[in-house]
Amino acid sequence: MTVQIKTVDFEPKRNTFGHVARRLGGDKPATRYQEATLDVQATANFHYKPLWEPELWQYDLAKTAVHMDDWYKPLDPRQYYYATYNIARANMNQAVERNFTFAEDRGLIEKLSADARTNVARGLLPLRHLHWGSNMNMTEITQRGYGAAVTAPCIFSAGDHLGMAQIVSRIGLELDGQTGASLDKAKDFWMTDPAWQSARRLIEDTFVERDWFQLYVAQTLGVNAVLFDFAYKGADAAWREGAITIAMLTEFMSDWRAEEGRWSDHVVKTVAAESEANKALVSGWAKHWIERAVEAALPLSVALLGDEGKAARAACDAAKARARALGLNV
Amino acid sequence: MKQIASLTLLQNDEARPIIEAILADNANARVMNMHGAIKIDCDDELVVNRASVEERLGRTWDPQEIHLVLVSMAGNLDEDDDRFLVGWKH
Repeated sequence: MTVQIKTVDFEPKRNTFGHVARRLGGDKPATRYQEATLDVQATANFHYKPLWEPELWQYDLAKTAVHMDDWYKPLDPRQYYYATYNIARANMNQAVERNFTFAEDRGLIEKLSADARTNVARGLLPLRHLHWGSNMNMTEITQRGYGAAVTAPCIFSAGDHLGMAQIVSRIGLELDGQTGASLDKAKDFWMTDPAWQSARRLIEDTFVERDWFQLYVAQTLGVNAVLFDFAYKGADAAWREGAITIAMLTEFMSDWRAEEGRWSDHVVKTVAAESEANKALVSGWAKHWIERAVEAALPLSVALLGDEGKAARAACDAAKARARALGLNV
Repeated sequence: MKQIASLTLLQNDEARPIIEAILADNANARVMNMHGAIKIDCDDELVVNRASVEERLGRTWDPQEIHLVLVSMAGNLDEDDDRFLVGWKH
């Protein structure tokens, strides 16, 4: 008897959902990212107009001054949806855990000089409040924004900021022998230290910004590109001989910035490229918020580095160059 | 007679960008769909280019990662940092 192995070709009857197929221009296999993103935004059949903002519907295109024909144009180049995002962050967090274990085993934080400890306590730990504020902003964009292509990565970004606030807090706990005393002090610095007040004013002013895309520009090109880049890249000298230790413990932040920057740049670029009107609006916002962020970084640069603001201005130039590369006039 | 180079990959979300890249880069590739897997045949050789996969994946991709979704292959393997190739040439 001979056995003949036969294979049967199974053509899938359909490859994806109808609404995704219409976007792809035909029934093609779609990625999970596309299926989890395209046309997910609720667009019709709302029952009650909100009482708190009766001139607008819940999801209203008029909640920002910029206009897009299609808010699914600014897609995420990282193609993050729930699973890919969590897998990527879990991997990054593994490195964080390893770095903290290493720093603890070697007593890297204990060995820091008094000078370095003072500067970390004053210059680095209050960043947890800035991250919390950034978390608020990204959450606000998620709830006021339009189109899952933009709002979904925003809630991921909000989660990232909470995570980074936790990493900063853990550095504080390493510093104070797990008592939390340094975190209370960091709150005092955030509330009363003159060097921090411009940064606090900046983030508190963004809290009341109602135009969600302006808030997006303020957060990504102002707070992220100037303040956070200054703090995590430009301020190394402030941590004295602890610069390498802090760089290692904040590795997550550099990885995150490089990666999230890819997405936020793409969104800003796409929206600005849509029309001259958008470009003018976004350019104006970028200019305004980058300047506000530089104002906030200057006193920190002077207080922590004693450099007459050189590091803050370097962060400013980098942010402006970045904005120009996105096609903005700043 | 032409010899067939072939790759059989899982039919899932991780493999889809690779499948797309293969079909885009190998004009003469023939596809056979099976339950949960896809067999791609091509005369003489079949190439997977890193750049094409990265373009579809939205992140950096190491050709070695193909092993996570690779079920079976036919042909001599020739791989470097930029491509993963199966074929019958020496």
